[in-house]
Amino acid sequence: MDTTRSAFLAGMRDQAPGILGNIPFGLITGAAASAAGIDPWLALGMSLILFTGAGQLAAISLMAQHAPPGIVVLTVVIVSLRLMMYSAAMAPYFRHTPPARKWLFSYLLTDHAFALITTRFDKHQPPPHIDAYYFGASSTMWWVWQAGVTVGLFAGAQVPATWSLDFAIPLVFLSLLMPAMRTHSHWAAAIVAALAASFCVSLPLKLGLILASVAGVVAGLLAERLRNAGSEGAS
Amino acid sequence: MNGFDWSSWLTVIFAGALMLVIRASFIVLPPDAKIPAWLLDSLKYVAAAVLPALAVPDILFRDVPAGEMFNVYRIVAASVAGAYAFKTRDIFGTMALGMVVLWLLKWWSPL
Repeated sequence: MDTTRSAFLAGMRDQAPGILGNIPFGLITGAAASAAGIDPWLALGMSLILFTGAGQLAAISLMAQHAPPGIVVLTVVIVSLRLMMYSAAMAPYFRHTPPARKWLFSYLLTDHAFALITTRFDKHQPPPHIDAYYFGASSTMWWVWQAGVTVGLFAGAQVPATWSLDFAIPLVFLSLLMPAMRTHSHWAAAIVAALAASFCVSLPLKLGLILASVAGVVAGLLAERLRNAGSEGAS
Repeated sequence: MNGFDWSSWLTVIFAGALMLVIRASFIVLPPDAKIPAWLLDSLKYVAAAVLPALAVPDILFRDVPAGEMFNVYRIVAASVAGAYAFKTRDIFGTMALGMVVLWLLKWWSPL
């Protein structure tokens, strides 16, 4: 990692498992759009503009139900709010990055890039070629994702349904979730959100997802407060 | 549909602009900016809440066999994959393991 070029390649290599794991996710996202009857150009535009698997899937299923635009936008925002937390975690690494590049890097921010950078490098002493490393990882993720969605749009519908390839989607979410489960409060948030989402699954327009997300965050905050109150009482 | 679907494109563009703001938020903020504590506190739990809210209904209720309430195969496969993910944080392995367990269960069909 002493040159820009080697840092770029190292980023690519280190992100490879996440990129490979994302290929079925991209294929399914494309296939979901064509199965839902979304115009392929719109589906491709959505992928280029949003560049987020969870948000794209949510938008696709809502647009297929002819949901009001406000609901589509709100759901994409809720599903993507976790990226704001990643943005906070990534900011120290990009302290010396030029402003225009900061916007490009923000657009390329994914769960995978966040996990890669924050687990490998110390935020107080990022390596000198962090920009090239990040760009190697995130730009490769970007084009493989766009290729996957495009192939999925045109070919995904050909995969037999008995393969249950759509099961890869919750599996990706599970593998992204586990590193976030750091404390009992995080488990409280996850369990309450999972229960709420399951009980509200028949609500129209994915409103259950929005309700469950809010309920989960509130549960996490309450659990944290109870724990703090408990430890203060004990001491 | 007839003609260009302005409403869908504008929805996507608007959502995309908001997403860029979400992603850029703290990255483009000056390092000494004051961020309200309640916002940081709540953000801590967003991933822990949103990801299971997305995943769990998909695991429980997709392709449910006639007369059943849940998809037991998916629950077993997701539990195995989830435990593996918790131990290793290996994304590709988690997905491969979950898919293989699901295929084996479907092929063997113990239920």
